[in-house]
Amino acid sequence: MDRAEGLWGRLHIDASLVGSVMVMCLLGTVVLYSASEQSSEVVVKQLIRLGIGFVAMLGVAQISPRTLSRWVPVIYLLGLVLLVMVMFVGTGRGAQRWLDLGFVRFQPSELMKLAVPLTVAAFLSEKVLPPQPSTIAVSVLLVLVPAALIVKQPDLGTAILVASSGIFVLYFAGISWRFMRNSALLGLAAAPLAWFAMHDYQRRRVLTLFNPEQDPLGAGYHIIQSTIAVGSGGIYGKGWLNGTQSHLEFIPERATDFIFAVYCEEFGLVGVVVLLIAYALIIARGIRIAVEAQEMFGRLVASALTLTFFIYIVVNMGMVTGQLPVVGVPLPLVSYGGTSLVTILIGFGILMSIQTHRIFHAQS
Amino acid sequence: MKSLPTLRNVDTERRLFQTRVIVACAFMGVLVCVILGRLVFLQVINHGHFTTLSHENRLKIVPLSPPRGVIYSGDGVVLAENRPSFDLVVVPENAPEIDATLRELASLLSLREEELERFSRQVRHSRRFEHVTLRSDLTPEELAIFSVNRFRFPGFFVEAGLSRHYPLAEATAHVIGYVARISQPDLDSIDQANYSATTHIGKTGIEKSREESLHGQVGYQKVEVNAQGRILRVVERTAPIPGADLHLTLNVGMQTTAIEAMAGRKGAVIAIDPATGGILVFASTPSYDPNAFVNGIGRTLYRSWSTSAERPLFNRALQGQYPPGSTVKPFVALAGLEFGTRQADQQTWCPGWYSLPGTTHRYRDWLKRGHGHVDLEHSLAQSCDVYYYKLAEELGIERLHQMLARFGLGQITGVDVPGEGAALLPSPEWKRRTRNLPWYPGETLIAGIGQGFMLTTPLQLAYATSILATRGEAMVPHFLAQIEGGEEQPPIQADIYRRASVDLDDDKHWDIVIAGMHAVVHGATGTARASGAGSPVLFAGKTGTAQVYGVAQDVDAKTQEVPDHLKDHALFIAFAPLDMPRIAIAVVVENGGGGSSVAAPIARRLIDEFFAEDEPDPVSSDG
Repeated sequence: MDRAEGLWGRLHIDASLVGSVMVMCLLGTVVLYSASEQSSEVVVKQLIRLGIGFVAMLGVAQISPRTLSRWVPVIYLLGLVLLVMVMFVGTGRGAQRWLDLGFVRFQPSELMKLAVPLTVAAFLSEKVLPPQPSTIAVSVLLVLVPAALIVKQPDLGTAILVASSGIFVLYFAGISWRFMRNSALLGLAAAPLAWFAMHDYQRRRVLTLFNPEQDPLGAGYHIIQSTIAVGSGGIYGKGWLNGTQSHLEFIPERATDFIFAVYCEEFGLVGVVVLLIAYALIIARGIRIAVEAQEMFGRLVASALTLTFFIYIVVNMGMVTGQLPVVGVPLPLVSYGGTSLVTILIGFGILMSIQTHRIFHAQS
Repeated sequence: MKSLPTLRNVDTERRLFQTRVIVACAFMGVLVCVILGRLVFLQVINHGHFTTLSHENRLKIVPLSPPRGVIYSGDGVVLAENRPSFDLVVVPENAPEIDATLRELASLLSLREEELERFSRQVRHSRRFEHVTLRSDLTPEELAIFSVNRFRFPGFFVEAGLSRHYPLAEATAHVIGYVARISQPDLDSIDQANYSATTHIGKTGIEKSREESLHGQVGYQKVEVNAQGRILRVVERTAPIPGADLHLTLNVGMQTTAIEAMAGRKGAVIAIDPATGGILVFASTPSYDPNAFVNGIGRTLYRSWSTSAERPLFNRALQGQYPPGSTVKPFVALAGLEFGTRQADQQTWCPGWYSLPGTTHRYRDWLKRGHGHVDLEHSLAQSCDVYYYKLAEELGIERLHQMLARFGLGQITGVDVPGEGAALLPSPEWKRRTRNLPWYPGETLIAGIGQGFMLTTPLQLAYATSILATRGEAMVPHFLAQIEGGEEQPPIQADIYRRASVDLDDDKHWDIVIAGMHAVVHGATGTARASGAGSPVLFAGKTGTAQVYGVAQDVDAKTQEVPDHLKDHALFIAFAPLDMPRIAIAVVVENGGGGSSVAAPIARRLIDEFFAEDEPDPVSSDG
């Protein structure tokens, strides 16, 4: 028996993944410089966060998947406790999402973005697959409890992302199509209920999607302006730092959630295709790691995390191009902002751990 | 492997997983195509259209905040208004080397350390490219100094606006409340588009409960900007709809009198128009200056208020919980009459103490030598405790609770300011539920004189008194008289405040109890006869002296030296005139001593002022 060979392998680094992530981050920083009105301060802050994220990523990659699967239920339980604590002693803008630990402010829902899929994977990989109904029931519970707590904060966007990352694990574990179809139908039937449970501002966001002119000061304005930015970019874009929509401040939140609008305006369709290819490289690598993984835990985690990463991209792009309601989901690796960036990079660290901890039976 | 019912087949699992991966890839492919399709639609097919739009997009929409509604008292005094103000604000992202700039500014405008700390805290919590206020309401000198030096402070600028001001400050703080900067939790409860230009929101009092009426509707203007983003001209303007003005029932003249009469003591004075439920006086003393909160209160000041033993921020009228003491006796008497336990002329022997049959514990009367033979009227006039010990014992706690609950004691009244306290009307069921203990007979006795577990807020006492005054009409106490302006408002119907009336089996019972309360102030032996003498109108009242702590048996409390904070609370409830009452009053003076000597004179001053206003000739008293 032998471990993965080579320097990279010994350092538990997956060179092609790190390489494509770095390319992506570089691209992101270039856009951010433009989107932040050429603020070097913002760029430096983002680079510092990237640095922290990379260190965390490399650190996590050193932990073997076995150790991870053993410890992740503990982290999950800790996350649940923290989520409950947030309800009582949480702070934050707009909603109670943050825990102030004195030296650092911390968002437990961010922890759950990883803890939920990993826990479900750890649980399922011990069972016979495709999972039995009782196993499915427990997994669904594992997903819904934290999701419900996050909805309470209220942070619908994050709750949906956390829930879907857990559901993806179930999907990859092979729950039957019929079960999925029935759940989806049930979900559709419950949609009107969700409508009544929504906050006013959330309903307005959904309505605005269909009729942006209705709400020219609120979310509708965001959609109108970002659509103009995207459309006026054309095939080749207006060029870096030349987006009028961006620099005349027509695009709101242009360094964070709407940074894709800035990108589309300045780099056009060609730029978007480049961006999508860069993302595709990362995703392809993630899928490959999943397929090559030797144990079920690794497969489930790698595939679910990769698919979740993809969903982030689609939700953000859908929002900016006016196809999805405005939910606060950043464009991964590009948007300005710390916590979710670090989470995503830690996720890649887990992928690298899965890839580099494989055991090779002696052949050579 | 573990002992599983079915053996896992590694190959099947792997194949299944690979199928799933292929389907997922296909799914991703479809979604990417949807996104790309949309981008082609926007960027290729409709590119011309959007290019035109973006060229024409020199128009920006700037929200305009609506001026907040003004609040007036019933006698036409302005209680909350908007004053022009100039604030020094910063967009941190546009201010390079903000720390150095701040140090420079600090010496120029003598910014305090505390302000700088608060500011840097706000910067940390602010959203990107959000305006953060460094100092609100600049003085003309500060404005001039900054304007001259403005070029030295990139990212800093002066914003003109309106600032909320409360002319009566302390006197109405516990009614009006105050506005302060919109906090993040506030954002969830409001329509954010409508508040896009608003910086302040009601935090307590009327400002909070009537936020929706007071705020108004945001307006906006379309402005043309040049390539650098500077505003060239206003193209179109949709004016904001100003917030509605509110007229309250509060009478500033009487409010001021009540506060004067409290003379620095802690407590609450409430007066209600029993016919409508409109609150005329709502004083909680000591009070605080709400203006300090509007633009962010300094930490030192806040700490001094929040840690003060006087507790000026505490709304005693709304949230203070006091044993009602003897002021509960009219309601207990009513229970005795209604349940047939007592007749008006039935006499009880009062030797100065009472014991439960078969026990030796003596429940003392406030008058050590006893009141002798007392009937219902005298029991109220002289506030005989033994009469009510015995009556409560015979009634039992359940029936006592039932009657007191009908007058709203121990329940939220539903007044239109937030944060009302419920206080407590005890029952055996309550005691079992919260303490898991049985109810003891002795507790019924002391409940009969408004002691023990029983707690009421001053507002509840006033409300109960108003029900008594109108012989059963229950009108929810409220401040709002009229909403003027703003969006279309239906006029307020008086009936929205009407609750189910308290109906008695025999209406004569009202008269009996009211006669007893009349004897309290106008009878020869009434406990508040000093406050009744020479009154412009005949009125009814009841004194109360609530013990703060238990005095050991057979020890004369009066001879003991008691620290101030353990002294009895002084209470008084009253209404006037006897027929067709127009004012119902509750006075609570914390650690004030006796109800008759301290609380009753305060109510009398209010009655004098109230009837002096429209009936200059005092009615000759015949009581």
